[in-house]
Amino acid sequence: MRPFTGTTLVFIGACFALVPHLALAAPGDAPTADVTATAASDSAQPPAPTAEPPAPPPQAAPPSSKVFNPDISAIGDFLGAVGKSPGGGEPSLELHEAEVGLQAIVDPYARADFFLTFANDVVGVEEGYVSFTTLPGGLLVKAGKMRDAFGKIDGMHNHVVPTTDRPIVSKNLLGGEDALADSGISVSRLIPIPGVFMEATGQVFRGESEVFKAPTRGDLAYVGHLRLYRDLSESSNVDLGGSVAYGHNGSGADTTTRLFGADATFRYKPLRRAIYHHFLARTELVWSRREAVDGPVQNAFGGYGYVEYQFSRRLFGGVRYDNSQRAEDATLRDTGGSLVLTYWPSEFSQVRGQYRHTHFGEGRTANELLFQLQFSIGAHGAHPF
Amino acid sequence: MRRLMSLPCTLVALLAAGAARPANAAVNVVASTEDLAALTREVGGDKVKVEAIGRGYQDPHFVEAKPSFILKLHAADLLVLVGRELEIGWLPPLIQQSRNAKVQVSAAGYLDASLTARILEIPTGEITRAMGDVHPLGNPHYWLDPENGRHVAKAIEQRLAQLDPADAAYFSARYADFDTRLAQAEKRWDALMAPYKGLKIVTYHNSWPNFAEHFGLKVVGYVEPRPGIPPSPGHTIDLIQEMKRDNVKILLVEPYFDLKTPNSVSRETGAKVLVMSPSVGGVPEVTDYIKLFDYDLNMLISAIKQTGAK
Repeated sequence: MRPFTGTTLVFIGACFALVPHLALAAPGDAPTADVTATAASDSAQPPAPTAEPPAPPPQAAPPSSKVFNPDISAIGDFLGAVGKSPGGGEPSLELHEAEVGLQAIVDPYARADFFLTFANDVVGVEEGYVSFTTLPGGLLVKAGKMRDAFGKIDGMHNHVVPTTDRPIVSKNLLGGEDALADSGISVSRLIPIPGVFMEATGQVFRGESEVFKAPTRGDLAYVGHLRLYRDLSESSNVDLGGSVAYGHNGSGADTTTRLFGADATFRYKPLRRAIYHHFLARTELVWSRREAVDGPVQNAFGGYGYVEYQFSRRLFGGVRYDNSQRAEDATLRDTGGSLVLTYWPSEFSQVRGQYRHTHFGEGRTANELLFQLQFSIGAHGAHPF
Repeated sequence: MRRLMSLPCTLVALLAAGAARPANAAVNVVASTEDLAALTREVGGDKVKVEAIGRGYQDPHFVEAKPSFILKLHAADLLVLVGRELEIGWLPPLIQQSRNAKVQVSAAGYLDASLTARILEIPTGEITRAMGDVHPLGNPHYWLDPENGRHVAKAIEQRLAQLDPADAAYFSARYADFDTRLAQAEKRWDALMAPYKGLKIVTYHNSWPNFAEHFGLKVVGYVEPRPGIPPSPGHTIDLIQEMKRDNVKILLVEPYFDLKTPNSVSRETGAKVLVMSPSVGGVPEVTDYIKLFDYDLNMLISAIKQTGAK
């Protein structure tokens, strides 16, 4: 299976990169920021008001030297672990990750987001991409290095994962923390269906991630995701997704991995008490079909179920069940369960404790207590949804 | 190559043309809160179609960025937002994913209503989050001063006239009518509140500085020890002592906060807990901007009379 050559895709990518600029060259296009800024105050000629216009009120003047600086934030993720684990598990104490975010609008057509991570003395670009936000046709195009759109957990940065660790299926079949994150181009589009939010996302990656290893330049990796979301009421909603991924896995010159996924989330949050209570139930199921040069095709299946309840403004509890075969040896199946309690001193810090029981495919078990302290400084980020 | 490049050009031109608003169609407005939606309806009348994202009984800091809101923004000609970082936790991702050039930051369809409002509590010295979830650009609850409602309505009128010049005279007339009705209502409200100038009150969150300033009230304390930080026992004890010392008999609570601490403060101090509506839609009978103040002031004045607060 080789639907496109690398050259074709690079050309498609170049077209997408050009689209916003081409669109802007078109006469009669939507107003841009420059036009707006002056039109609102100078060039627009609203009719003479019948009432006396109000006197201009005082306004805050931002410090001029900082006005074009990107929004800067830093998030610390400090982990602790006790208990015996056959594989060693997490270190006893660790600054698991420090993430620095730099985010700003590039120009009237695009914005850029960089997330640099510092973990175990290694600096990495977790994400660094430009998003073209003003494209016509309901398109949103991103280019750069980014997390993949497969399922739910893959797209999450560590600090929004609701547990101290990722589910076993994420580690066994989806590459763990970095998942399929890679350099590439992402195109997503809203599909108009009355009463339902439907979004289709297609991503083309270089093929150099935790799961995919492209032997040649033309061996790209592909991720597709279809999301359906519907409000059941003002307080509850359901979120469904289907995902596919394909790419070379590096086992041999022409061995590939195919991934298929399904995810479902139900949320309940009463609006009048939205800051005190919510309920979330989520499951993700993943099938992996991995070819290898030195053995049979491995068909592995895994999934997790997670339920979360917010008890009060600052206290959250969660339960997770894990069950997953391993991508490289589907005869081994790891299972586990976790109980999680999270306390928020404020919106900008959280303390978490997790009891984790794991039964490894080799027959050994682990009972561990994990502790996490997360703290955030700088620009106020978006609340996770 | 030129032929190849002309294909995307044509597609883009076709898609852009398809996205344009047909003549005589109502301007599709999405407002971040019901207050801004109500002010848009006052000015826009039947020439606009208005939807609000946050509900009036919902904490506007913590609206969720639901994908269904992306659909609303996708179809919008104009987004009116409160600004001053009130919506910073949820509106930016909705705008970014809206795939709508019209409502991107600084586009013609992006109206930050705070830019023409009188903003209080703009920090002048150093601020840190040790002060809680402070708003570095000033207090965003400015719509609770009717003067600011007037400023915002004017800004909406001007922006609607820019987006729909054919109906500019209509918007202008609607604004003038609203301005007159608001002025009459303000005279009534000011007369009602005149006997209570300088009345000391306590509020749950710092949502009421503009309201207090306009109607001559003095906010002497908050149930939250810092903005966004839930009540602590130590702070609550201090607050009770302060309320007893200052003989504070009115405690205003927004409808989205828990009443446990306010009720215990009330038991200790004899103050009346008033769940007032900080927004249009906070209670079913508050269906427009003028009714918001009618409702709140009636409730406040009857509580003042009931408690004998001075």
